[in-house]
Amino acid sequence: MKKQITLDVNGISHHSEVEPRLLLVHYIRDVLGLTGTHIGCETSICGACTIILDEQSVKSCTMFAVQADGAKVTTIEGMAVSGDLHPVQEGFWEKHGLQCGYCTPGMIMAAAQVLDRNPDPTEDEIRHGLEGNLCRCTGYQHIVEAVQYAAQKMKDQAATGD
Amino acid sequence: MAKYVGQRIKRTEDPRLIQGLGHYVDDVRLPDTLHVSFLRSMYAHARINGIDTSEASHAPGVLAVYTGKDVASKVGPVPCAAALPGLKVPDYRVLATDHVVFVGHPVAVVVATDKYSARDAIDLIMVDYEELPVVVDVEEAAKGGPLVYEEYGDNIAYKLTAGEGDINAALKSSDHVIKQRIVHQRLAPIAMEPRGVLARYFPGEQELTIWSSTQIPHLLRTQLALMIGMPENKLRVITPEVGGGFGSKLNVYAEEALLGWISMQLGKPVKWIETRRENIQATIHGRGQVGYVEIGCNNDGAITGLKYDVFADLGAYHQLLTPAIPTLTGLMLSGSYKIPAIQINVTGVFTNKMATDAYRGAGRPEATYVVERAVDLVAAELGVDTVDVRRKNFPGPDEFPFKTATGLFYDSGDYDAALKKALEMADYENLREEQKRAREQGRLIGIGVSTYVEICALGPSQAMPAGGWESATVRIEPTGKVTILTGASPHGQGQETSFAQLAADELGVDLNDVTVIHGDTSIVQYGIGTFGSRATAVGGTAVFMAIEKLKEKASKIAAHMLQADASNVLFKEGRFSKQAARAASVSETPAADIPVGQAPAGALPEPDSDGKHVTIQDVALAAHIAREIPPGSEPGLSATYFFEPTNFTFPFGTHIAVVEVDRETGDIKFLKYVAVDDCGKVINPMLVDGQVHGGIVQALGQAMYEEIVYDEQGQLVTGTLMDYAVPKAAMIPTLELERTETPSPVNPLGVKGVGEAGTIGATPAIVNAIVDALSPFGIRHLDMPVRPEAVWKIISAQA
Repeated sequence: MKKQITLDVNGISHHSEVEPRLLLVHYIRDVLGLTGTHIGCETSICGACTIILDEQSVKSCTMFAVQADGAKVTTIEGMAVSGDLHPVQEGFWEKHGLQCGYCTPGMIMAAAQVLDRNPDPTEDEIRHGLEGNLCRCTGYQHIVEAVQYAAQKMKDQAATGD
Repeated sequence: MAKYVGQRIKRTEDPRLIQGLGHYVDDVRLPDTLHVSFLRSMYAHARINGIDTSEASHAPGVLAVYTGKDVASKVGPVPCAAALPGLKVPDYRVLATDHVVFVGHPVAVVVATDKYSARDAIDLIMVDYEELPVVVDVEEAAKGGPLVYEEYGDNIAYKLTAGEGDINAALKSSDHVIKQRIVHQRLAPIAMEPRGVLARYFPGEQELTIWSSTQIPHLLRTQLALMIGMPENKLRVITPEVGGGFGSKLNVYAEEALLGWISMQLGKPVKWIETRRENIQATIHGRGQVGYVEIGCNNDGAITGLKYDVFADLGAYHQLLTPAIPTLTGLMLSGSYKIPAIQINVTGVFTNKMATDAYRGAGRPEATYVVERAVDLVAAELGVDTVDVRRKNFPGPDEFPFKTATGLFYDSGDYDAALKKALEMADYENLREEQKRAREQGRLIGIGVSTYVEICALGPSQAMPAGGWESATVRIEPTGKVTILTGASPHGQGQETSFAQLAADELGVDLNDVTVIHGDTSIVQYGIGTFGSRATAVGGTAVFMAIEKLKEKASKIAAHMLQADASNVLFKEGRFSKQAARAASVSETPAADIPVGQAPAGALPEPDSDGKHVTIQDVALAAHIAREIPPGSEPGLSATYFFEPTNFTFPFGTHIAVVEVDRETGDIKFLKYVAVDDCGKVINPMLVDGQVHGGIVQALGQAMYEEIVYDEQGQLVTGTLMDYAVPKAAMIPTLELERTETPSPVNPLGVKGVGEAGTIGATPAIVNAIVDALSPFGIRHLDMPVRPEAVWKIISAQA
């Protein structure tokens, strides 16, 4: 009793037949082979599996693939456009916002959502905006700086129409 | 002048990681891979009277089900490397045979075509358990209580006494003796990537490759070879990207050996990725000590002696270093103070819980917490400022190497310099005034100071269970690119960048021309691994020494090319030059300020037109073509060095936490956090800051949030991240960091190590601050994690 689903993932349309119980994160990783989205807790606490689904950041470990039928998904692999890093990715690199890198894809997706909703967040708003994502390495300070860097960069880009 | 060392260089690791292109174990995909799921004991203590796997064996997709009986004679026990006199070592098999001793103890394993089928079949295995009495509390277990192992007659794994000086006489003759019970709660390391293993056996070659998320690929290879009974030179361990370790992957686990064995049985790749629930149940825990400290002091504030009687909660069996962790506590009980007499009495105790082992700091945070809390108790007893007590007992900068009553020689230090800087940053004197005014207004502000010292760069081999050196190979390829193979196994610390910085400066090449390779036992020479803040201080030194060796060889070839005497060749900024008259040292300078040209391709390299210079790339090509090298010399250009340190290193610093406690709710808010750390010479300040930030936040987790809780039946209450409170971004104050720099004399780089400093230094600073805030209520000590509930109870009881 497999189900047919169609998803747009990083701009590419995928048609698949999946078990109804297949988790979205397993679909992304195991069926599509996009292993940048990680699994860290299976209880939607750690946020390592965060993706953007129809413009909302979503924890893909607590959603079935069939629930995402018809959706438009962006994963970490879809953030850089033709080789140009997304400002949030750039911020993480510039500000040393990652160490082991395991939480990083989810953290970047969540941070992108924070800036999408609030292009000019305070430090406190950034910290609260990332409460759904755990990092055990960085102590978050450089992550906060990375998001601040990205906010500035995006503001500059908007100003120059770049 | 160094071009790269000391600079905030962006990490070369990052481009792949920020794009989701790194490969952690679960990202390694092999065709026909089978998936493994474990059945684990739901009881903390039970006898197994029988296991029925027949239904599971016939479930869809299942290829095999194994129990303890199937593997007991095939796979050896999980090893313990700590050899302590009289240590009881239970025979811990990779799957339980007839006795389970903790919740999460592996009982059976299912192998199936996919992970969903494997997990489904686990529920079809029937186990006939007979429950046995459970012992959870470490002090109850030490006194008697139910026995984890009937055959031992008690729960005591070992007893150990260490220290120097006549502690009883010292305490007896002191003006004051203060006693305090101190609990270091159990913690879960929670690397964000759980453990994972992929094993692939090649039946034709009779070779086994194991990908594992580990901190110690070579040590793991040796131990797995012994456990599985496979020749070590047919076994390859690959450590791909590792998503954090913090000590939890400094180990040899049952699953690693079992997966290798299963792959050999079935001739196919097999994979197991730990779930978070398994990770909290069956990956090592940290801390878990209940101790009683007695500290003696005189009226002038001089500390006279320190005694620590501690019950170490080992859990149900030993992992790699389990019983050795409390011995590290004993070593560091002098803290940054002159204490003439010190004694530690350790009782290692079995309980029906997961094993404890090395978690970031590994025994040293416990020591630092005891000493730093005890110093505050002295200050409270004498009614003086804690800073004065600390200063009174510091060894001066001219007293190094400083010998402690725990038998160590601290390499170098200027404890007062770090303290002074931190006090200035925190504006300490004004803070105390502000605190006084706030108290008059009924506000509860607390200031906590910690002047820690830690032991790093583990370590001299004499002091280690299995080698304390580290290795490096440096080679320059024919095209002039530099390859470094390090025996260390970085997993987030950034040594792919910092070792490249070091090599680029020493060789005068571009940073982008250096590649650092680690974590593959078939590519990299034997190494020890990354733990104990050792990778840079020991592994980085090995890289430096290998480069020195390589330059020596290169200079001989360069001299030949320049038709000069080797003693007349100078190496500087990537070029060898013929000196007119005077002899020059090869390693005169590590500098590289100018760009270096590329070696000419396809032709024999020649000296520059003036015949006075060749680049190191020219030399590399000549060394490989080997037609114009000194007669009788060895072709190629590579050097390997195994560096054995003569001592540990001892980083230190001062952390100051300022908190305010909410009278109504007991909530604890940070007003300020200042840290001055001295980790010796710094290669990349940005990476050091990152290590300190992360360390402080793990300390903050222990001080205020995290705790592994088992109930009376030994059930793990904090079994998921919904119950185990890892700090989140909004719980953390902005950390203000500074450094002092006292080079270590132990290695030529002068580096000390910084991986654990934050975790060691910060915990007591935070608890001292909370206790200080509550001192108007007569509070002198609180046990961790200090939660608002406990604070509120204190306030409301006296309101």
